[in-house]
Amino acid sequence: MSHPLYQLIRCRIKTFFREPEAIFWTYGFPLIMVFGLGIAFRNKPAEIITFDVVQSSGGQRVAEMAKNQSIIVPHLRSVEEANERLRKNKTPVVLEVLADGSYCYHFDPANPDALRAKLLIDDTLQRAAGRRDTVPTSIQQVTAPGSRYVDWLVPGLIGMNLMGSGMWGIGFNLVDMRVRNLLKRLLATPMKRSHFLASMIGTRVMFFAPELTVLLMFAWLLFGVPIRGSLFSLILMTFLGAVTFAGLGLLTACRAKRIETVSGLMNLIMLPMWLMSGIFFSAERFPDFIQPFVQALPLTQINNALRAIMLDGATLASQWLAILILVGWSVLSFTLALRWFRWN
Amino acid sequence: MTSAIVCENLVKTYEDGKRSVEALRGLELEVPRGECFGLLGPNGAGKTTTVEILQGLIEPTSGEVQVLGLRWGAGNDSELREKLGSTLQETRLQDKLTVIETLQLFRSFYRIGITPQQALHLVDLEEKSSALVRTLSGGQKQRLAVACGLVGKPELLFLDEPTTGLDPTARRRLWDVVTALKATGTTILLTTHYMDEAEKLSDRVAIVDQGKIIALGTPRQLIHQLGGEHVVEFSLQQNGQRRDDLPPDHFTRVATVHSATREPDGYLLTVAEPHLAIPSLLQQLAAEQLELASLTTRHVNLEDVFITLTGKRLTEEEDN
Ligand SMILES: Nc1ncnc2c1ncn2[C@@H]1O[C@H](COP(=O)(O)OP(=O)(O)OP(=O)(O)O)[C@@H](O)[C@H]1O
Ligand SMILES: [Mg+2]
Repeated sequence: MSHPLYQLIRCRIKTFFREPEAIFWTYGFPLIMVFGLGIAFRNKPAEIITFDVVQSSGGQRVAEMAKNQSIIVPHLRSVEEANERLRKNKTPVVLEVLADGSYCYHFDPANPDALRAKLLIDDTLQRAAGRRDTVPTSIQQVTAPGSRYVDWLVPGLIGMNLMGSGMWGIGFNLVDMRVRNLLKRLLATPMKRSHFLASMIGTRVMFFAPELTVLLMFAWLLFGVPIRGSLFSLILMTFLGAVTFAGLGLLTACRAKRIETVSGLMNLIMLPMWLMSGIFFSAERFPDFIQPFVQALPLTQINNALRAIMLDGATLASQWLAILILVGWSVLSFTLALRWFRWN
Repeated sequence: MTSAIVCENLVKTYEDGKRSVEALRGLELEVPRGECFGLLGPNGAGKTTTVEILQGLIEPTSGEVQVLGLRWGAGNDSELREKLGSTLQETRLQDKLTVIETLQLFRSFYRIGITPQQALHLVDLEEKSSALVRTLSGGQKQRLAVACGLVGKPELLFLDEPTTGLDPTARRRLWDVVTALKATGTTILLTTHYMDEAEKLSDRVAIVDQGKIIALGTPRQLIHQLGGEHVVEFSLQQNGQRRDDLPPDHFTRVATVHSATREPDGYLLTVAEPHLAIPSLLQQLAAEQLELASLTTRHVNLEDVFITLTGKRLTEEEDN
């Protein structure tokens, strides 16, 4: 007869793949996030500023001049109409050419968009009128793959996925089995407890491989998200993340007797990491005094390390601190979980 | 050869927050090998607690337990588990596994045993082999649970309320499974709160109430203990009004009566000779100007034994 560990793992895999919702949340959802956020925050083409100019002969001249400029589009309107539109924020700026030929800009300086528009419009018109820069300037464009938002986002989503499916995959299933009296039933057999726990953790960690592959392939095909570091480092780091969150999942579920209890605990543990661990925006943005807490969170360390490896081509050795923190979390959570584990 | 099960002065107190529940209060039990033994008792009597202590799933507060000559926690637990099979009360197997996958899983835990197919054959569930557990009926799920207890070819099988909640047909099919198992010489400890089940399946029965065994013997012996083989149940009226305020003792003078108890809707007498008892009862009622509202007679069963011993019913009315 086949080995119990093999049977336990086989059963876990089968139940997983017979659960369409679980497959969606594990594999489908992160892809939708990459797609949606990648599109939403893609680099926009150079901005065009539309604005109102008060109808007058001077206004006509400005409109003529702006014709050859691609980034500003003036519309000639009556004073009343232009001022009305300014009040309703339909135009950022109203330009009035005064009798002496000077330009008067009407706008709210407290509105950064209006200020930016005014500066751009004025700069463009002054150049068109023949102004020369006293110091020559040049521009270096940086929109290469690897520095866009979507590049920054993908490692964070991998981290988030490791956390979500690790904690839910283990926590939910364990408590479900406890509620069903199945843990006790298994205990009544000669099954080794270590085999059972190994199968829970093992299956979870096994699932990370297809998860990672699907996400990386998708991000690469759709947005050209690069992997600059070695694939080996990336896999090892992800593996460590999967183990860490499997341990946290086990700890969260080690005593809970009801699904509601474990759901609450899960959310309690995951919420700070969702907010602070730098999935959607950098964890550095939090004030200094909570940085020690933010940096101690396992998800922060995984996200940072994955970003360093994928985007900066960092080596595994350079991530020693992240690795140390994650190993610490794993050891702590497994030790406590095994000590406190409730079988019935 | 040692007994299959020995319990000596078993006590179990659950500490449930501030309250503490005395589930077992000095339970004594000895079951020889090869016997099908029934633990019969109402809800909360302590049946599950006893069975789970015997399986080493919970620890007794005090008292001694020996299972197949071994003790729990003496270093040979897994050796002992190899020899036990069980169905626990209210276990729901994994919905998303098929019947055969479930059995293969359970089989893999035992060093020796029968094949999953053989186990399916024993519980007559072969045609459902590749069905998902979710799609099984209640009775089929319960038979699968029994099959899971059989794959390790147990010397001792625990069946904790195997037929609770099943319809009569499903119950009878499970009884057939158990009867067939008895024939193979497997020791079986069965708990139930159905007296007909205990009567039909058990070689011997212990009636448990409030954590103690209050009667022990073969179903026949227990019934004989009541003296009478027959039960007379009746209810009374006077001038069109129900009368159930008389103490049961009121009827102990009726001929051949052994015991008298009050029922929810009347009285229950156990009698040796109904053909003497009924005329005697009628005579007494006539003298007291009481009329019968109803009267039935039947053979004594284990339920009557329980009622006579405790003054309570074994099953609530809504149980079927
Ligand atoms: N884990 C527990 N914590 C607290 N009290 C418990 C626990 N398990 C059982 N009890 C109490 O112990 C008593 C005996 O329970 P047990 O489950 O052994 O009864 P039972 O005879 O199996 O009843 P049933 O026919 O309802 O299954 C009951 O009063 C029950 O409420
Ligand atoms: Mg019970």
